[in-house]
Amino acid sequence: MAMTQNKEAMDKSLDPAVRQMIKRAESQDISTVWDRYAAMTPQCGFGDSGLCCRHCLQGPCRIDPFGEGPKEGICGATADVMVARGLDRAIAAGTAAHSGHAKHLAHTMKKMAEGKTEAYSIKSPDKLKAVASRLNIATENKTEQQLALEVANAALADFHEKDSPVLWATTVVNPERARVLTKLGLVPKGIDHEVSEIMHRTLYGVDADPVNLLLGGLRCGVADLAGCYMGTDLADILFGVPQPTVSSANMGTLKAGAVNIALHGHNPVLSEVLVTAAEASQQAAKAAGAEGINLVGICCTGNEIMMRHGIPSCTHSVSQEMAIVTGALDAMVVDYQCIMPSVVGAAECAGTRIITTMDIAKISGAAHVDFSEEQAMAKAAKIIDMAIDQFKRRRHKPVDIPAFTTPVVAGFSVEAIVAALTKVNAEQPLQPVVDNIKAGNIRGVCLFAGCNNVKVPQDRNFVQMAKRLLKENVLVLATGCGAGALMRHGFMDPAMVPEFCGDGLKAVLNAIGEANHLGGPLPPVLHMGSCVDNSRAVALTVALAQYMGVDTRQLPVVASAAEAVSEKAVSIGAYAVAAGLPTHVGVMLPVLGSKMVTEVLTSTVKDLTGGYFVVDLDPDSAAEKLLAAIDERRRGLGLT
Amino acid sequence: MKQPKEIFVRTDHCTGCHSCELACAIAHSTGQTLYSAIAEKPVPKPRVYVEWVNPDRAVPIVCRHCEDAPCMHACISGAISRSAEGVVMTERDRCIGCWTCVMVCPYGVIGRHLEEHKAYRCDRCPDREIPACVDACPTKALIYQSATDFSQKIRRTAGREFVAGQGR
Repeated sequence: MAMTQNKEAMDKSLDPAVRQMIKRAESQDISTVWDRYAAMTPQCGFGDSGLCCRHCLQGPCRIDPFGEGPKEGICGATADVMVARGLDRAIAAGTAAHSGHAKHLAHTMKKMAEGKTEAYSIKSPDKLKAVASRLNIATENKTEQQLALEVANAALADFHEKDSPVLWATTVVNPERARVLTKLGLVPKGIDHEVSEIMHRTLYGVDADPVNLLLGGLRCGVADLAGCYMGTDLADILFGVPQPTVSSANMGTLKAGAVNIALHGHNPVLSEVLVTAAEASQQAAKAAGAEGINLVGICCTGNEIMMRHGIPSCTHSVSQEMAIVTGALDAMVVDYQCIMPSVVGAAECAGTRIITTMDIAKISGAAHVDFSEEQAMAKAAKIIDMAIDQFKRRRHKPVDIPAFTTPVVAGFSVEAIVAALTKVNAEQPLQPVVDNIKAGNIRGVCLFAGCNNVKVPQDRNFVQMAKRLLKENVLVLATGCGAGALMRHGFMDPAMVPEFCGDGLKAVLNAIGEANHLGGPLPPVLHMGSCVDNSRAVALTVALAQYMGVDTRQLPVVASAAEAVSEKAVSIGAYAVAAGLPTHVGVMLPVLGSKMVTEVLTSTVKDLTGGYFVVDLDPDSAAEKLLAAIDERRRGLGLT
Repeated sequence: MKQPKEIFVRTDHCTGCHSCELACAIAHSTGQTLYSAIAEKPVPKPRVYVEWVNPDRAVPIVCRHCEDAPCMHACISGAISRSAEGVVMTERDRCIGCWTCVMVCPYGVIGRHLEEHKAYRCDRCPDREIPACVDACPTKALIYQSATDFSQKIRRTAGREFVAGQGR
C-alpha cells in the first residue's frame, strides 16, 4: 500500500518536497489539484480536440471527430473554422493578460513621473534612456522624470490603434524580421486593438476562413510580444535591471519560526513594495515572537523578486497549494494570473491568510486589500501586519516543512549576459557566443518557458528534456515556471555543470565564469525571469541575429513550453512562431479536431515565418525533434 | 452467485454532451487515445447513441444484451453468441454483413461499419473494469451495476419518499 502511494505521488510530481506535501494533504483531507483532476477525468473529448463552440446562443455546437454526428456547427462553421476561432481567442486572452500587466506598469510609471506616488522611482536611468532611444524619443535636455513620462505615454499609446504601428513590436525585432512581418500583414496596429479584433472576427458570422483566422491569431501573438517586452522594459526601469544573484529554491526555504509570506502572481508593482515594507517591519515581527519576516516567491512574482532581490522561490505553478499544506505559511499575497481559487480552501484548513490585492482579481473567502500605487507603502504595511497577526495564531501549531532546497544563481537579463561576455571580449561581446556556436561547443539554444500542467508529472518534461539538451551542448535558457521547475531540480546550481552539461558547453560556461572571477562556471541553465521576460530571450535572439547578419528564422534557436497550462503560454507560443522559432508544446493544444489547422501550425506556417509548432507529449522524442530542428538550422548556416 | 453488472441509464441525469460516444469510439480504436483515434483508419465507431427526445431530453441508448436476444436468434451466419459473462457478442469474422441483426434489434444499437462491411455493437469493454462510456459520463447518467443493486437503490429511494410522504 505504501508502495502504491509512493508511486502515485511520483506520478504527480518529480519534486520530493511536493510529493511529501501531497501525502500530508491526503492525511489532512485537503483537496489538491491532482484530486480535482482525477475527478474531472476522462475530460470531454470535444473540448479537448477544439470541436466545441460556444460563441453564440444557438450553440453550444460540437462536431463529431469520428464523422458519425454533426460535421459542422449550426451556423455552418466547419471543424477547421471552429478550431481556428478557439485558438485565436486563447491567443487574445494571453495577450490581454501580458499587456494588462504591462499597462499596469505604464500607469505606475506615469504616476511616478507625475509625482503622484512616492513608492516608486527610476532605478535604472540607463535602461530608461536605452528604451527611449529605441522608441526614437529624444533624450537630451530632459529630466529623468520627463523622459519617464514620455516613455509611459508612448507605452499607453501602443495599446490603441493609431497612425504608427505598435512600437514595442516594430522596434524590438531585427529589420529583416520586421520586413517578414510586414509582408505577411502581421504587424499589430495596437495591442488592445488586436485583442478586440480577435473578439470581433471570431464572433458569430464573421471570419470563416481558417487560414485568415490563424494569420489574425499570429498578429495578435506579435502584439503579445509587444506586451511582454513592454512589461520587461518598464519593470527594469522602475525596479532595476536584474543581475546575477545567489538564492535558493523549494519549500525548505520556509522557516518554522518566521512570519512566512509567499508573494504569488506576476506584477512587481506590488511585490517590490512588499519587499521594502517587509524589511521595515522586521522589528514588529520579532516583537510578535518571530525570528523575523521570511519572504518567498511563488510563480512569476517569485521570479521577479528572486532576480532583483535574491528572494528564494518556494514552489511553482501546479504545486502552489502545497506551500500552504506545510502549515507554515502565514500569508499568501496575490495579484493576478495563475492563482488557483482553490488556495482559499487549502488555506482554511492550514491556517494561512490569502490576501488578494487587485480590483480585477478577488477570490471569495480571501481577505482583500485594495492596493493602489498612490498608497502603496501604507497598503503594503497593512498586508505585512495581517501576516504578522496570522503568525501569532499559527506559531504554536505543528508545521511540516519539507527539508529540500536547491542553490540557485538567477538574474540573467540580456544586459547581465552581455556584461559577462564583455569580460571575455570587450569589443564584441557576442563574438564568443558566435564562435562557440560555429565551433559546435554551443550546438544551439533552447528556451524553456511556461507552466506545470497537472496532466504531466510535475517537472518531468522540463527535467528530461533539459538533461538531454544540455548533454548535447545546447545552451538552455528558462523563464516563468519552466525556470521554476528547473531551479528546483538543481539546474541553476553552478556545481551541477559537470553532471548536466556536455563537454563543449561545460567549457563555455567555465570560460565565462572564469573571465568574471566567479570561482566557477555559470549555472547549467540561465534564469531569464518571469513569463513576460520571454521578451529577454527574444531580445537575445534578435541581438544574435543582427550581429551575425542573419534573420532569426536562420538561427539554431528553439523554444519549448513543455508543460503549458495558461492561455498566456499559447500567445507566447504564437509569437515564438512569428519570430521564426521551432516551438515545442508538451501538452495537447485543442486543435487536433482540425487536420488542416494542425497542418498549418506544425508545417505550413514554416514557409511563412520560419517558425512552427512541434506538439509532442513524449519528452524524449520532443528533445530529439528540437535537436533535429537545431541541426537543420546549423546546416542552413553552413555549420556542421 | 455474483450478479453480473449491466449498463443502466438514468435518463434524468443526461445533459446530452455525447462524451460517452467519444469515449466508446476511443475505447474501440487501435491507439486508445483521442489524439491517435481521430486520424485512424478504419474510423473507430461508438456503440452508444445519445438520442434527442422532443422537446428537451437526451437519452443514451446502449445495447441491453437482452436475455432473449432477437439479434442472436436472427443471425443467419451464427456470428452472434452470448459469453459466459452474459455479454451478447458479434464475432467479426463470421459476420457476413446481411444486417438482419440491425433489422430486428428493438433498440437500434447495432451499427453498420461501411468501411469494414461488418456489423458492430457494444462489447461492454471486456478489457476494462468499467465500460468506457460509463467512465466518461460526467453526470453519472450511465452507471455500471448489477440489476439487483440498481433495483434496490430505486426501492430505497422510493421507500424514503414513501416515508417522507407520511410526514414522520
